[in-house]
Amino acid sequence: METALAFIIGIIAAASIYLMLSGNLIRFIFGLVLATNAVNLLIFVSGRLSRTRPPQIPEGSAVPAGPVANALPQALILTALVIGFALLSFVFILFYRTYQSLGTVDTESMRVAEPREDGPEDGEGPEADREEKARGEEAE
Amino acid sequence: MERVARASSLLPLSIFLGAVFLVPHTAAGEAYRWVYPWIPGLGVNLSFLLDGLSVLFALIISGVGFFVTLYAVDYLHGHRHTGRFFLFLHLFMLSMLGLVSADNVLALFVFWELTTIFSYLLIGFEHESAESRKSARQALLVTGAGGLALLVGFLLLGIAAGTYEISRMVPMAASLQEHPFYGAILAMLLLGAFTKSAQFPFHFWLPNAMAAPTPVSAFLHSATMVKAGIYLLARFHPVLSGSAAWTATLILVGAATAVMGAFTALGQSDLKKILAYTTVSALGIMTMFLGGQLAPSLMAAMTFLLVHAIYKSALFLVAGIIDYQTGTRQLEKLSGLARSMPVTALGAFAACFSMAGFPLFFGFVGKEIMYKGALAETMMPNLTASAAVLANGLMTAVAGIFLIGPFLTGPARHGEPGAEACGSMCSGPLILGGIGIFFGIVPEFVGSYLVSPAVASFHAHMERVKLELFHGINTPLVLSAVTLSLGAILYLSRKRVNRAVCRSYQAIGLDGSRVYDRVIEGVAAVGRLQNRLLQNGSLHRYFAVVVASFVLLTGYSYLSGVQALPDIGAPGLATRQWLLLLVLLAAVGAVVVTRSVLLAICALGVVGAGIAMIFLAHGAPDLALTQLLVETLTVIIVSVILLRLPGLGGAGRKSRARKSFDAALALSVGALMTTLALAMLSSPLDRSVTAFYEQSSYLAAHGRNIVNVILVDFRSLDTLGEIIVVATAGLAGFALIHRRRGRS
Repeated sequence: METALAFIIGIIAAASIYLMLSGNLIRFIFGLVLATNAVNLLIFVSGRLSRTRPPQIPEGSAVPAGPVANALPQALILTALVIGFALLSFVFILFYRTYQSLGTVDTESMRVAEPREDGPEDGEGPEADREEKARGEEAE
Repeated sequence: MERVARASSLLPLSIFLGAVFLVPHTAAGEAYRWVYPWIPGLGVNLSFLLDGLSVLFALIISGVGFFVTLYAVDYLHGHRHTGRFFLFLHLFMLSMLGLVSADNVLALFVFWELTTIFSYLLIGFEHESAESRKSARQALLVTGAGGLALLVGFLLLGIAAGTYEISRMVPMAASLQEHPFYGAILAMLLLGAFTKSAQFPFHFWLPNAMAAPTPVSAFLHSATMVKAGIYLLARFHPVLSGSAAWTATLILVGAATAVMGAFTALGQSDLKKILAYTTVSALGIMTMFLGGQLAPSLMAAMTFLLVHAIYKSALFLVAGIIDYQTGTRQLEKLSGLARSMPVTALGAFAACFSMAGFPLFFGFVGKEIMYKGALAETMMPNLTASAAVLANGLMTAVAGIFLIGPFLTGPARHGEPGAEACGSMCSGPLILGGIGIFFGIVPEFVGSYLVSPAVASFHAHMERVKLELFHGINTPLVLSAVTLSLGAILYLSRKRVNRAVCRSYQAIGLDGSRVYDRVIEGVAAVGRLQNRLLQNGSLHRYFAVVVASFVLLTGYSYLSGVQALPDIGAPGLATRQWLLLLVLLAAVGAVVVTRSVLLAICALGVVGAGIAMIFLAHGAPDLALTQLLVETLTVIIVSVILLRLPGLGGAGRKSRARKSFDAALALSVGALMTTLALAMLSSPLDRSVTAFYEQSSYLAAHGRNIVNVILVDFRSLDTLGEIIVVATAGLAGFALIHRRRGRS
């Protein structure tokens, strides 16, 4: 199960990055939710999954009876879940307010702080050019 | 304010008098040394040494400083920033005095950089003029770069010598010259000296520095700061000189600078530019003679230092008076000034005759000793002598241009002839010119009290060289006569000479100032390029750069340390586990592909619930519970907010190329995450921390749910921080919504 989850983590992470790279704020939020899930899962797997009994101490005993699941990652994830939720709620409101102010969810059109120097790009040519360059950087 | 400024001239005056009192002592060979520990752990001391060389420089600095201060009070009459000007001027003077008396190379470097900074501030004093700012920046960058080279040289010197004190390096000169660092030390020190003293090819900043107010040009850019490089060469003469590299570099660079500067001066039409280029030429002559090894050459360098400081500061003050009274510094617009400004003209005459090197003026004595020194040397005596004759002849011609056109020819062509300046402005050039005559009449006195002690402090085997008015009929006298007639010829044919000079400059085409401009433009172009590539305002670009850096850096550090690829065992899953994972994957795929916001929200809910199932199946019921709760709340909030936004179509990716680029980047992140997760799983697990919590959860904290005990007991402060985060996010969200309502 751990090996399978390692692949699941990679797939969710890839999906979240892909969504966040799209210029749409709503997709960006979806990507953020998925990224939170992928990271939580990664922490969970790092504690190993072979023991499936919850980390609890039975009545009348001072230590757990027999092997139990790793409590440490669980504590970390519990914190991460709550903080992730707080972050998400704030981001939702922020994005909603952004949309109200700017009237768009397209990040490329949000140019209040850094206005375009060369005017709006309509054609595909320069866009594709830039990506060629960026891909070149990545290939290195 | 003006009264304070005038009173501030007492500072240079008292320093000057103090230095005068020291003269008899240093002339007797005494030297004074003070040491204040500054950073003892690093061997950096504020140590000062006053010997003949320091005292000569201190006299020049404080003497010229006194006249310039008095002069500037009237020159800047009514200026808004008078206070600032005098602050900079006096701070510069103190740094310069520190420079010429420091015995520790690092202290010397600090003073050196201080003079650069004050020079920058003073050149850019008229900061509302773009030209002024540009010139100030150029001077700062050129001399600042030289300063960095100097620091490198000093540090290497300190490593090689084991001490930063100059006076302790002098006895080690022989072993230092054998040291493998010697070449680097020499190159770095010369770079510092050449940039500061405007030697070819770094000379271009000095004529541009004429954008400064004229008192500054008279003080910093002719008499003192540009001599710092000369001081450095003299101070390190006993440590570094003697090698062929030292002699050849100094003589060749100095000769080139001397001749080139004087030729360029001939073609200028702005009085200050003329003076600036002759200053470049004079600095070249001093550098050239410091390349020598024998007492006459070094005497020539130091004598000319004094000669030049006196006549050149006088001439700058004259140029300032002309500018102030007539409103122009252009040669062709000036005439008949001898009649309208007789006192200024008198000062100008004395200074120009000294510059031209007529007998009975101090300049003549300087020229005689120059030729004597050049001919006494063993290395390249003919080159040095002919360069000196040519440069001096050109300077004689320039003195003629400065004097004859503006002062002697015809009545004033300019509308207002310009009245005589007030007493305190005129007194500077007049007194300095008078000193030039006085020193010219009693050269023996100047030689034994000022010049010889200065040379003796950096040249131990001092044979007695006397400065004399008349040496008898010998080669130097003949060369002096040649120089004067050459000057007359050059003056008469100045237009033709100038045309030839312009042609040859165009033919050579190599110009330090053009290289500087190209470097500055290059830096700006690189800045624009990186701005266009990295800071173009596109969120996609920023995010892609961050993600790509993560992939490349993390992937590289993993791959460079990897021994074996992680071991992938067959998953061996039960059917229900397969089903769970498949549902999870399908939901993730749906989020990515769908164009319906509602479907995407539902799919996100499925992903969250699926992960909760995984938690539940592997011994984490608390996590599963929290995950389900959070997921439910998220779906509710998302539905409330996102359904008010426009759909997923329309905005976003437009081109296919960008889609595939994003996909490639995302897949590489996913592959990296999986690889790292597998690598982590194949390494052994350290359960010691978990074991501690399992052991002490009940015994120390009396709790049976270990996860809860960790959160609320062992790590309760972390949980408090978490609560603060949640509260802050809530407050911030509330503020965002509330502000909107308040405005509408």
